[in-house]
Amino acid sequence: MNLDDLAEKAEEYRARDAGITHEVRVCVAAACQSGGSLPVLEALKAECSDGGTCKVKGVGCMGLCSAGPMVAIAPKGGTIPDSILYREVKPHDAVEVLASVGGTPVERLHTPTDQPFFARQQRIVRENSGLIDPESFTGYVAAGGYAGLIKALSEMTPGDVLREMTTSGLRGRGGGGYPTGLKWSTVAKMPADQKYVICNGDEGDPGAFMDRAVLESDPHRVLEGMAIAAYAIGATKGYVYVRAEYPLAVERMELAIRKAKRSGFLGSKIAETQFSFEVEIRLGAGAFVCGEETALMASIEGLRGQPRPRPPYPAEAGLWGYPTLINNVETFANIAPIITHGGEWFAGIGTEKSKGTKVFALAGSIRNIGLIEVPMGMSLREIIEEIGGGCPGGKAFKAVQTGGPSGGCIPAQHLDIAVDYDSLKTLGTMMGSGGMIVMDETCDMVDVARYFMEFCMSESCGKCIPCRTGTWQMHELLDRITKSKGTHKDLALLEELCDVVQATSLCGLGQSAPNPVLSTLRYFREEYEAKLTAE
Amino acid sequence: MPPPAPQPNVRVVTLTIDGKDFSARADETVIELCRENKIPIPSLCYMDGLSIWGACRLCLVEVVGQGRLVAACSTRVAEGMNILTNTERLQRYRRTIVELLFAERNHVCSVCVSNGHCELQWLAQKCGVDHVRVPYRQVRNEVDSSHEMFRLDHNRCILCTRCVRVCDEIEGAHTWDVMGRGSDCRVITDLARPWGESETCTGCGKCVQVCPTGALVKQGTSAGEMVKDQHFLPILARRRHAQ
Ligand SMILES: Cc1cc2nc3c(=O)[nH]c(=O)nc-3n(C[C@H](O)[C@H](O)[C@H](O)COP(=O)(O)O)c2cc1C
Ligand code: SF4
Ligand code: SF4
Ligand code: FES
Repeated sequence: MNLDDLAEKAEEYRARDAGITHEVRVCVAAACQSGGSLPVLEALKAECSDGGTCKVKGVGCMGLCSAGPMVAIAPKGGTIPDSILYREVKPHDAVEVLASVGGTPVERLHTPTDQPFFARQQRIVRENSGLIDPESFTGYVAAGGYAGLIKALSEMTPGDVLREMTTSGLRGRGGGGYPTGLKWSTVAKMPADQKYVICNGDEGDPGAFMDRAVLESDPHRVLEGMAIAAYAIGATKGYVYVRAEYPLAVERMELAIRKAKRSGFLGSKIAETQFSFEVEIRLGAGAFVCGEETALMASIEGLRGQPRPRPPYPAEAGLWGYPTLINNVETFANIAPIITHGGEWFAGIGTEKSKGTKVFALAGSIRNIGLIEVPMGMSLREIIEEIGGGCPGGKAFKAVQTGGPSGGCIPAQHLDIAVDYDSLKTLGTMMGSGGMIVMDETCDMVDVARYFMEFCMSESCGKCIPCRTGTWQMHELLDRITKSKGTHKDLALLEELCDVVQATSLCGLGQSAPNPVLSTLRYFREEYEAKLTAE
Repeated sequence: MPPPAPQPNVRVVTLTIDGKDFSARADETVIELCRENKIPIPSLCYMDGLSIWGACRLCLVEVVGQGRLVAACSTRVAEGMNILTNTERLQRYRRTIVELLFAERNHVCSVCVSNGHCELQWLAQKCGVDHVRVPYRQVRNEVDSSHEMFRLDHNRCILCTRCVRVCDEIEGAHTWDVMGRGSDCRVITDLARPWGESETCTGCGKCVQVCPTGALVKQGTSAGEMVKDQHFLPILARRRHAQ
């Protein structure tokens, strides 16, 4: 199969909807489902049964999760900004919503799409989210899906793919920001008769739900990225590791694997070439540490999910000792567009050292809770005040936590920073996987630090001494300070333990567990001191 | 992780440790080289003959020019490496780690059967830990005396997993495992059943001999009487891996 054959197929799928002029799209990702979007979908389908020029369908996440269930009325092929968007739709709104197709919006439900939340986004990873039916294989292909894979297989050598990845400047979206092209080239160079590709969908940081939305909204895009990776590095087997707390993501991924296989885009002899690639799902059992790559691999092997010393890195000795490529969900979701449009195109987006876009999950004290995708380098102020709409209830912004329990907070005086991997590091925090927890003036920063320490303490795997016992001790000290029972000596001890745990822990969990304490101390030390008691 | 298999025709590298030059086989780890040359490196989870665990973090050393500390037990030597094994910073970290261990469970040395023969005690002395600055956790842990020959006292376990590894890798019984996470971790026999009811335990006592503390001891010993003999391990391990 070549690109022309695929284009023909896509045309054929699109032709099935020839008579349709408008689509009524109902979000069926987890957040909107929990708000009751399935009954809305049913009601709309029932009211629209005359089979006219309008099609009702379930789609993935549109981003404004706090306003769900979301419904969009779009001209066929239109994007979210082209649509009439409705928020908090109930089943009994169905008649009114349908009556507005091609006409004037229902004022009561309408949410403008020219607001910064929609207008300022740039969607690559979430290109199809909210537009296509995540359970439909034909829908993905009709939207241009699998063109990246077919282009790679029919027009490029594995070396070409690696070069394109390096040119793109893409960096891993799982937290570390490791250059993806470099990682792929390393695995590709390893001589081995068996190699593996793993997609890391463990996403355990509190406040993060980016990967979940990608898996629930556009699972084929992740599979396509994995298949391109497998072709480039010479792997024949892949695993998608998803946490079991994401049942909908698991279900949609399973369905996607089955459909891709049936259509010859996975399995043996993909698209009539010599390339074969099988994918299986593995479920995580709810341990944050299993997102760490070596613990994740141990878990896939059926062992206790605990990290091991690196090196050897997975690229050299990974799953069952074989060279293994492990990337994050969002990283894989970037691959197909890079191959389709070229690495140069991707490198043209973002900043000098952080290319492309980043998906962020806005949570906490912010008006627009949900998911956004913006080019790297956008200022934090733009993200929080304009796109996010600032803190609700007229409260003043105090700080935002990035990087979850491994990251740190950024106070108001640094809001003008351009968000990319390196600038966040200079502020003592990190990009992490993309969670942004916004805190307003009512927030107690010592308690924030205590909360994250509690998280690390209960998620520590217990293997190494500094993390296992150090997080317990630090939590104890923080607890004492929040209860106004801590002394200056306790604070000094806390700072010392931060240093020890950071420098000596075995894996990233322990090494970064002190970060929230260190960063709240850096910017809000007076809050700690105000709580101390004399000896 | 299995112990690194010896490779034919390995290269020899030269490196510097605490200002002195050494040569080493390229497949050696830093701790092996240090042991060979009598350079003291504190350790608890490492044991010659068992797989590398890398968990106690006591063996951390500084490599000049490298930001992060590295564990001597899980790091291979490399040409031109410049290692510092005993800086003020390392001493401080080691002391704190030992203190954290003492505070975690109940190591009351005076009444322990391993008193005077305990690796944790020696380590505390060597690292200069004379008092513990962090709060004690004060949690009472169980003692399992169900085995006819041995006893397990969780109060004195430091979770080094030597018992787990020796039982699995040398004896081949795999009676031991670790259960739980974080500070709830504990070693278990079979599927967390009393040791005396274990169907896999062969009663060989290797776990007792390798246990660095008084967590695993022989029944019927009283304070200070439990002396451990670990000489068997490197010999058995070499034979086993040569097979
Ligand atoms: C404690 C801990 C948790 C992690 N959790 C995740 C996770 O949930 N998802 C993820 O993609 N990476 C996670 N990582 C990072 C992975 O180890 C790994 O670096 C990443 O999957 C590599 O993918 P990338 O290069 O595409 O970023 C975690 C790391 C640590 C130390
Ligand atoms: S740092 Fe924490 S989570 Fe990581 S290996 Fe050590 S105990 Fe386990
Ligand atoms: S029982 Fe002894 S050998 Fe086993 S983990 Fe505990 S301290 Fe280590
Ligand atoms: S001896 Fe190296 S970590 Fe324990």
